[in-house]
This record gives sequence, C-alpha cells and structure tokens, in this order.
Amino acid sequence: MSDTSLHINGHEYQVTVDRQTSLLSVLREFLDLTGSKYGCGEGQCGACTVLIDGKARRSCLLPLSAAEGKQITTIEGLAKGEQLHPVQQAFLDEGAMQCAYCTSGMIISAVSLLNANRNPSDEEILTAMQGNICRCGTYPRILAAIHKAAGVLQRGQP
Amino acid sequence: MTPKREAPFTIEPERYEFTAPPSYVFQSGRRDFFKILGAGLFIACAISKAEAFQESGGRRNSEDSLPQEISAWLHIGEDGTITAFTGKVEVGQNIRTSLTQAVAEELKAPFASIRMLMGDTQLVPFDMGTFGSRTTPIMNLQLRRVSAAARNFLLGMAAKQWDVAQSQLKAEAGKIVDTQTNRSLTYAQLVKGQQISQVVPAEGPLIPPREWTVAGQALPKVDGRDFVTGKHRYPSDQKLPDMLFGKVVRPSAFNATLASVDTKEAEKLPGVIVVHDATFLGVVAPDSATAAKAASLVRAEWKTEPQPSSKELFDYLKKNASPRDERNDDSRSETGNLDAAFASSTHTLEQSYNVNYIAHAPLEPRAALAHWSDDQLTVWTGTQRPFGVRTELAEAFHLPDEKVHVLMPDAGAGYGGKHSGECAVEAARLARAAKRPVKLVWTREEEFTWAYFRPAGVIEVRSAVGDDGKITAWEFHNYNSGSAGIRTYYDVPNQRIEFHSVNSPLRQGSYRALAASANHFAREVHMDEIAHSLKLDPLEFRVKNLKEERLRAVFEEGAKKFAWGGTKTANHGFGMGGGYEKLGFVATFVEVAVNRSTGDIKLVRILTAFDCGAIVNPDGLRNQLIGANIMGIGGALFEAIEFENGRVLNNVFSKYRVPRFRDVPLIEALLIDRKDQTPVGAGEAPIIGLAPAISNAIFDATGIRLRSLPMAPLLAPHGLRFS
Repeated sequence: MSDTSLHINGHEYQVTVDRQTSLLSVLREFLDLTGSKYGCGEGQCGACTVLIDGKARRSCLLPLSAAEGKQITTIEGLAKGEQLHPVQQAFLDEGAMQCAYCTSGMIISAVSLLNANRNPSDEEILTAMQGNICRCGTYPRILAAIHKAAGVLQRGQP
Repeated sequence: MTPKREAPFTIEPERYEFTAPPSYVFQSGRRDFFKILGAGLFIACAISKAEAFQESGGRRNSEDSLPQEISAWLHIGEDGTITAFTGKVEVGQNIRTSLTQAVAEELKAPFASIRMLMGDTQLVPFDMGTFGSRTTPIMNLQLRRVSAAARNFLLGMAAKQWDVAQSQLKAEAGKIVDTQTNRSLTYAQLVKGQQISQVVPAEGPLIPPREWTVAGQALPKVDGRDFVTGKHRYPSDQKLPDMLFGKVVRPSAFNATLASVDTKEAEKLPGVIVVHDATFLGVVAPDSATAAKAASLVRAEWKTEPQPSSKELFDYLKKNASPRDERNDDSRSETGNLDAAFASSTHTLEQSYNVNYIAHAPLEPRAALAHWSDDQLTVWTGTQRPFGVRTELAEAFHLPDEKVHVLMPDAGAGYGGKHSGECAVEAARLARAAKRPVKLVWTREEEFTWAYFRPAGVIEVRSAVGDDGKITAWEFHNYNSGSAGIRTYYDVPNQRIEFHSVNSPLRQGSYRALAASANHFAREVHMDEIAHSLKLDPLEFRVKNLKEERLRAVFEEGAKKFAWGGTKTANHGFGMGGGYEKLGFVATFVEVAVNRSTGDIKLVRILTAFDCGAIVNPDGLRNQLIGANIMGIGGALFEAIEFENGRVLNNVFSKYRVPRFRDVPLIEALLIDRKDQTPVGAGEAPIIGLAPAISNAIFDATGIRLRSLPMAPLLAPHGLRFS
C-alpha cells in the first residue's frame, strides 16, 4: 500500500492502494471513471482499453505501478468539451453500437490505431481491432465508423 | 393484432424460458405518480385478459388502485415532458428507441420530448420480462394504444376549453391545433395545474403503418452520446456512498456440498467480512482486489460427486430421456398415418443431428448493487426480468414484494442469459451482513460457469418423399434442446413430432431463439440432404413443399438477391436455411470458399431476407439482424461448453472462441417491409437460418455433410479448418 500519482485525462490524481492493483480497478473503484469496462480480466475482450501515452493498453492487466508517470486517456477524456473526438462522432453517425458495453474499448482502440496510422486499410483495422469483442456483432459498422473517422482526421478536422 | 393463425404459425411455448407466475401487488397508486412526476395527465391502458396473460396483470383492491391488466402507462407533465412506463428493459436491442418512436407517432409529440422509464419495479406496470421477442408485437402495440388514447383525451380537453367540436381539431408536434382558426395549445398548456388520471380501454383506431412519419424511420439510438463518452452507467457501474465490494466463494464443482470451511485467514484482512449462511459463502471488502484476495484465503473443502462430461454428452442425452407423461402430454404431436406413409415410400432418409451447450457470454457479466434500509431492499441489477428478480429476492429474504425494489439500468446485453437473479440475491445477502451497500460483479469465469447455458440436444429426423418431390412423411425427435420451432412449416400430411425431456447435466435456459436454432439446423440440413439425394435444387425442393406465402417470399426474394443458381467460383459453395420463428419469416443464404492447398475454409458472404411485418426502425432492425448472424457464427462454427465432472473446462475467452472482427464476412440484410402486417420482434429470429445455411454451403463446396454444432471441429479429420 503506497501513494501513486497518475496523470489521467489531463488531471493529476493521488491514490493510496497496493501498486499491483490493476489500473482498471483503480479507475473504476477509486476515481469513479467507469467508462472503462470489465469484460474478462485476461486481456482478451478489450472492454477495458485505455490509452497509455497514446497507445492502446488493456487496463485490466496493467498494474498501477506500470501506469505511473504515463499519460493515461480514458473514454471520459477523449472529447474536448462538447466536441466529440472524430472516432466518437463516427460511432454515433454509423450507429456502431447495440448494448454499447464494448464501445468505449472499441473507440479507444480505434483512436490508438489512427494515432499511428491516419489511413488504415481494412486489413490494418482488422489487425488492430481483433482483440476487441462485440458480442452484439456490430463489427461491420465499427469498421465503417473507423474508416469514416480516418477520413475526417485526414482532412484535418478536429 | 395479427389475425390468429393456424399452428405452427404462432409463438410456440418454450419450456426453457425462465419465467415465474405473476404474484403482483401494485406498488404505486396512481396518485403517487403526481408526487413523483408532478402535475399533469396520467393515462393507463387496460387490455384484455387474454393479451395480459403473458406480459402483465396485477391485482389490487384498494380504492386508489389501477385496474387489472395494465401493461403500459404514460404521464404528460406541465413542462411538456412525456414519460412512458414499461417493464421491458434495454439490453442492446434498441427498444428504448423503437418504443419512443411508437409513442411519438401516436401521441403526435416531438421524439425528444419523450423519455422511457423502463424496468423499475416501483414505477412500471408488472411485466413478465424481456424475452421471446415480445416487445414489438405486444409492448409496442400497448404503447401505441395508450398514446393514441392520450392524444384523443388531449383533443377532448382542447375542444372543451375552446367550446368547439373535437372533429375540427388535430394533434401535431405536441400541440392541439384548431384547423378553423389556426390557434393552438401545447400539451403542456393543456395539462397545466391539472391532476387528471384516466384509465382507458385498449381500443380505438391506431395510425396505420402506411401513414407513419416517426415510427418506420431510421432514428439513431436514444442517448447515443452517453454511450460514446462513457457517461452511461451500466448495472456494474452503479455506486452508492459507503459502498463495499463483494465476492462469492464458489464450490469446486456443480452440485458440490460444503464439507468444511476455515475463514480465519480471510478475516484477518482489514475491513473484510466473511459471510457463511447455509450453502452460501462470500466475502465483503473495501475494494474488489481485497475481496478477491479474501475469497482466495477462505479454506473451503467441497464434497463432489461424479457427473456426466461433454465427451459423452450426446450419448447421455439419448439414453437419459424421461419417460413420456401420457396423461398430460403436449410434447408430442401426430397427424396422418406416419407408419403407412413410410411403408409405401421409396425415398426415405434418416439422420441424427447434435448441438452442444453454449454460453451467452454477454460482455457485461452479471452485476448487482444491493442496499438495505431497515427491512426495505433496493437492488440495481442487469436482468431481463426485473419482476422475476424481485420475486427471487422476496423469497430468499422472506419479504413481501413491496419491500423489494429492483431497478434495471440499460445493461451490457443478455441474449436470454440474464433471466435469473442469483447475483442480486448474493449481493443482497452480503449487504445485509455488512450493513452497508454492496456491489457484486461476477467475473468472466463465474459468468461462464454459474450462469446457465443454451441447452444441448440430439435431434433425429426421418423423412419420406414421393417421386414428385413432395414430402409424404416427417418424423422429428428432439432430445433436450427444446420445443421452440420444433414443428415443420413444410406441408407434410403425415407427421410425428416429439420432444423428449432429459435431466440436463448442466443448468440450462433461455437463449436468443433458444431451441429454434437447433430445430431449424436439423430440419434445414435434412431438407438439403433430401434435395441432393433426389437431385433437386434446394430452393425448388423447399418451394415445392411450402404453402405459406410469406415464407416462400423470403426464400424466393432472398435467393434472387443472393443470385442463387448463378455462376459460382470454383471451390465455392452455396447453402440456404430458413424458417419461421417468433412471428418472423427468415431465409439465410451463405457462400463459403475452400482453399484446396491450405485446407482453409472461409465464409464469403451471408444474406438474410427477413419479414417481421411493418418495420418500426430499419436501422435498429439491420443492426439486430446482422448482429444475430454474427452471434450465430459462434454457435455454428466454434462455441461449445466443455465440461468434466461438474467443472467447465473452457470458462475464459482465451479458451472459448466467440466471433471477432476477422470472422465476419460480407453480410447483407434484405428487409421486407410489410406495412399491411403488425410489427413483430426481430432480435431472435434472424439467427435461425445461419447454421444450416453454412452446413449446406460446406456440403456444396466439399461434399462433406456436417450434422453437429459447432461445425469447425468436425472439419479437422478432412484436413480442413475455418481460418
């Protein structure tokens, strides 16, 4: 049990908790950031995905100690004020959700992909997203939403 | 309602749906609504007993009570906010949106002014639960009726206020407009300062689908923004001040009994409480990691007994069928003279088909937050049956129903897998011991083990066909998997159809389309087998034996769109499967490709033609139809619960393959919008045609006939695999 400081969504947080605790538990239970979801606890479903220094990581497997000092972005920190991130907007526009429990992990994973590659092919999207499960089967719309967001980002909009 | 159809064109009773008899006492009298929602107009809709039988029905004798058979009500507030109340719940099927459309349409009120209050046992009318694709054929209709009644009542209020004939008034965009003078009053103005409550009969004309302007449109998901920003709070996201976290200590196997328990080590952890009550063993801690650690420190010895395993499953099911109850027997139906028909037939075929147990694996596992205030229990939980969970809680804690309040925030899916309330009961037991609110979220392993499964089954089919390609005899035996969709919709004069119940080795229950997937798999593969044995085209053979016009239409229109009979690439195969389920008509077509050098098989494309009457929201419908097909890929190709001696061996996603991005081919939806027909549900039916269509396409491409689900493991001996 010790103090850990975290940079999340542009804010500084201090938590006093065992440093082996998963980042997901800390986000959800100590910081009330419940947008990241528990789905499996073994890094297989992607519902807990967050950005660590801009890259997608499974927060259920990430001990707090490994997140310290990094820039953490969760689904709650993606929009700029009222302005949704282009990936969020594209998911809305394409209706790329059903129960939407996977949606935050899907969006974060897609943002990570687009951070690295503004013009991904279908194949590159499939490779990047294969670790995210949508049990409602909304995959084709998610694929379409990612292409749409890529187009917006390429045109240099927000 | 749709005119009554002859069997089998009704929703068949399904023995495995988790249900409970309605033992309901209304919590809120109608005057309570004004306290909660403020002044305004409150309208409830009374429906006939027959219609109420499945969904609703209550009893209460006090003066303030609402009458029996209320299934929906709505409130129009002084600020113009319209609240519609229903016991149905949102688990991703998008009914919050489609039901809002129904209210907006009939009430002639802006879509944005309407909110749905769903699944709160203190505020909504009793409802059996959200299953069986009943929301659209029944709840949508009830909400249209109550909204039409409210519109009519508002027209009357305006007519009285202006002292004019009601016939010169019209309702539009949340206002009553005088067509003679163009003056208008908003609904808010009309109900200002009023406390009017009306119970109206469920009758009077509804706006026909052809004239719909809001219903029938592809409106986006209500509150969609809350889901892309992480703002929406699912059941597992609920919290209360001073909340603690629970964890259940599970037995080592199904049917195990607790021999001894030592909780000393667990209780040494700070803030941990261990609860041991009869067969229940659990812990409470300040956070979930501590709760998990405490649970692991509880030393429990379990006594187990030998149990059937998945290796011998189909043998077991066949050998352990219960004897038929001759006195009260609805499990068997017989028409014509089957034995004579077989005796006189030249073309006969007999085959057996299997389906494994599979798991729903909703991405949000079971979750509940329980809170006691004196002897009043409140539980937020993810369930398709809030009232059923209330009953479970009331029974578990020996409370009257009115002391239990269940709330269901829009949840992370169900697929028929969240009818039961065990997580709610566990959380409530822990909270009672802790004297503080307790949240319990099942782990994925618990969800894969301690929930319930789609039933496994063995299905035996025997058929006879005349030289003219007409089926003359049809014998169909289903062992354990269930009776939904068991009857054939093909025209066969001589039939024997029988369900055989078995004492299932695993706990089993509802699933998307439930037994209809297994029964359609067996039937539609068998149809393909007959067609090939007679060298008939599978489409031609089906149509030849099919009178039902709407079912023929989905097969024929689907085949046309799919280009059935068109040119096929070498090593590609086509297959079809379809039928009738939950009042909807389905035909699914599949193309597969085989790579002869690598042995890889892949799905190339899927097309499903679907007729569910007048379409309420084509966008939501497409999402459900494509989603059902994708979910169906799992059960068709990969998913099976492996178990041994009361333990599930593949209780994590790394050992239980569900469909992922790369498993998805091109999927097309051919929606047949029948504006002359009552809208019916669409969440389940579109899944039924996929598995047989894939099996039939693989046969077409390879000559290998696959008669067991999942199919992918059967390909290995042939040097083939699904990549």
